[in-house]
Amino acid sequence: MNKEDLQQKITGLLPSASFEEASEWTTVTIDPAAWKDLAGQLRHTDGLDLDYLFCVTCVDWKTHFTMLYHLTSTIHRHTLVVKAKLDRNHPVIATVSDIWRTAEFHEREVYDLFGVSFTGHPDLRRLFMTDDWEGWPLRKDYEDPINMIKL
Amino acid sequence: MLEEISTTEQGDLVVNLGPQHPSTHGVLHLVITLNGETIKKVEPHLGYIHRSIEKMCESLSYRQFIYVTSRMDYLSSHINNHGCALCVEKGLQIEVPPRAKVIRVLMDELTRLASHQLWWGAMAMDVGALTPFFHAFREREAINDIMEETCGARLTMNYMVPGGVMIDLHPNFQRRTKEFIAFFRSKLAEYDELVTDNVIFKSRMEGVGYLSYADAISYGCSGPTARASGVSCDIRKLYPYEVYGDLSFEEPIGTGGDCYARYGVRMQEMRQSLSIIEQLIDNIPEGEFQAKTKAVLKLPKGEFYSRVETARGEFGVYIVSEGGMTPYRIKFRSPGFSNLSALDHMARGHKIGDLVAIMGTLDLVIPDIDR
Amino acid sequence: MDVEQKHTPDQPVPPSATVPPDSPVTPFPGEVHPTAGGGIVLSKLDEVINWARSNSLWPLVFGTSCCAIEMMSTAAAKYDWSRFGFEVARATPRQADVIIIAGTIVNKMAPVLKRLYDQMADPKYVIAMGACATSGGPFFYNTYSVVKGADHVIPVDVYIAGCPPRPEALLHALITLQEKIRSGATREQIKTNQE
Repeated sequence: MNKEDLQQKITGLLPSASFEEASEWTTVTIDPAAWKDLAGQLRHTDGLDLDYLFCVTCVDWKTHFTMLYHLTSTIHRHTLVVKAKLDRNHPVIATVSDIWRTAEFHEREVYDLFGVSFTGHPDLRRLFMTDDWEGWPLRKDYEDPINMIKL
Repeated sequence: MLEEISTTEQGDLVVNLGPQHPSTHGVLHLVITLNGETIKKVEPHLGYIHRSIEKMCESLSYRQFIYVTSRMDYLSSHINNHGCALCVEKGLQIEVPPRAKVIRVLMDELTRLASHQLWWGAMAMDVGALTPFFHAFREREAINDIMEETCGARLTMNYMVPGGVMIDLHPNFQRRTKEFIAFFRSKLAEYDELVTDNVIFKSRMEGVGYLSYADAISYGCSGPTARASGVSCDIRKLYPYEVYGDLSFEEPIGTGGDCYARYGVRMQEMRQSLSIIEQLIDNIPEGEFQAKTKAVLKLPKGEFYSRVETARGEFGVYIVSEGGMTPYRIKFRSPGFSNLSALDHMARGHKIGDLVAIMGTLDLVIPDIDR
Repeated sequence: MDVEQKHTPDQPVPPSATVPPDSPVTPFPGEVHPTAGGGIVLSKLDEVINWARSNSLWPLVFGTSCCAIEMMSTAAAKYDWSRFGFEVARATPRQADVIIIAGTIVNKMAPVLKRLYDQMADPKYVIAMGACATSGGPFFYNTYSVVKGADHVIPVDVYIAGCPPRPEALLHALITLQEKIRSGATREQIKTNQE
């Protein structure tokens, strides 16, 4: 379905969602507390069938974090981008690794690099860095005078 | 290193495969929990080649960051660069001239062939057939020589720029590529004789590592791994870029979902790549090879996502820009990362020899996963 | 070893006199004294041992990233490195002589590299292949996880520049290592001589 229909359907599921106009895909910003329910509905509602989660990432905006989920449907071939604003001092959001199995690794990566906690994740620990690494490397205020040589 | 291994039952044996191991195609550390010889759980431990590329790209300009991606999935280096260049062009609304589009597609398909050749040789070596390795590299050298004449390097070519390609094709390119196509067609028949119909190979590959259609989608698999389970996910067909929309080629979809199906899909992909190159090699349009762009590129404020089909699957580049000279955040969606997450699911109940066969057909390149 | 009969039997002939100047053959070190009924070769034991060791270096299969592909190309048929004695690439460090560090070393991998190096038996040699192993390469600035040069972890004998270096460059480095061993200049040999 096209962008407008998708917007209507999502507003029907979650009235508090807000949309961005100037992007190539339907982009919806939601409250993090509503993510788990919405995710289940996005996956299982007929007509939406967003079964392919192809990108999970986080952006550090210095005042807050934004979690981004890129979803597409292999049946209807429409794409949806979900954004959720997180509090920078206590970034917590529900996991979706039981809905889309690919989220397990992606969420571990976001935890490792940004420090976002995913409640309900089966195995939340560091993925790339060593287990005793201190700090969240991809945050904008990460300082590492020993390892990082600035140009 | 304080590595936590999840709890095991009594009688279980925990074995480390890697990080230094000839079959892991890089530095992949697998912690395997075994019950006798049967695998109960496979845990990949990543990070042994995590080079903090995403952080590094936040301080590189839009022209510079493209070439770091060559080093990520080094077997599809042109295709990775292509994805980055497409994202920058999307942000700046640059129109690429037709000649550059065709050159880019030709280079992409040659790279895909080279990557599949190396995959074939290395995978056969993993399951025990040592000779195909040398056959594969002999043909790969032919492609490397063609690339080297035009681009100047054999492995990390640094050829794509936002707006086109860096330099025009070498005059010998057309002739040598045509010779290569004829040469390689005959070799593909040889590959089938050597490996595909081999009884031992088939018994090692058939029925091993089954991935169902629903699981392939849920785990986010893409590329030949997903196509062998029946998922139609070729970016070149679904979201055509450059001239792929005008070409006629098939997307090989397998039905088995096991290692042999993944193998068959890649062999068919090699044939399709040859057919794409044949369609284009005589029809390269004249004209500019690079669009005129400013010296210093600054993307407008916003977010841009572009995707290409590498030899392993969907490679996505997501740029968040604040209007400056360097990107604010870059995320590379690598195909191997999602393909690897399905490894545990596929390998349970098999033996370690089967695990090596499964990893061979997943075609993992670990720097692509670790970034 | 053929010896030309143009000289008097008393004067020794170095084997290199019978070998053309640009031949790739490395002659057996020592002097040949032709005597009645055959010949005697006089040499230093150290030189003979170094010659034997240099011609049979077995590399360890250790490639982390892109340089590993060029290393595999060097092992393949076109730029065959087994012509120089590097025939068998061993998977276990206990049986290997030389470790070719092909690729970037990161903080998580450094203890693994050190452990592999420690597991190798003496005499062992190290080649740092590519810009990443030499100095951190393209990942020198603004990275928090890359070791800026493999020689922070283990001592290196030969460095190769390039990203990735061509197979011919790797072959040149292998030959340089062989010459270094023959002349007794590797870290290993200097350490042994000092003890």
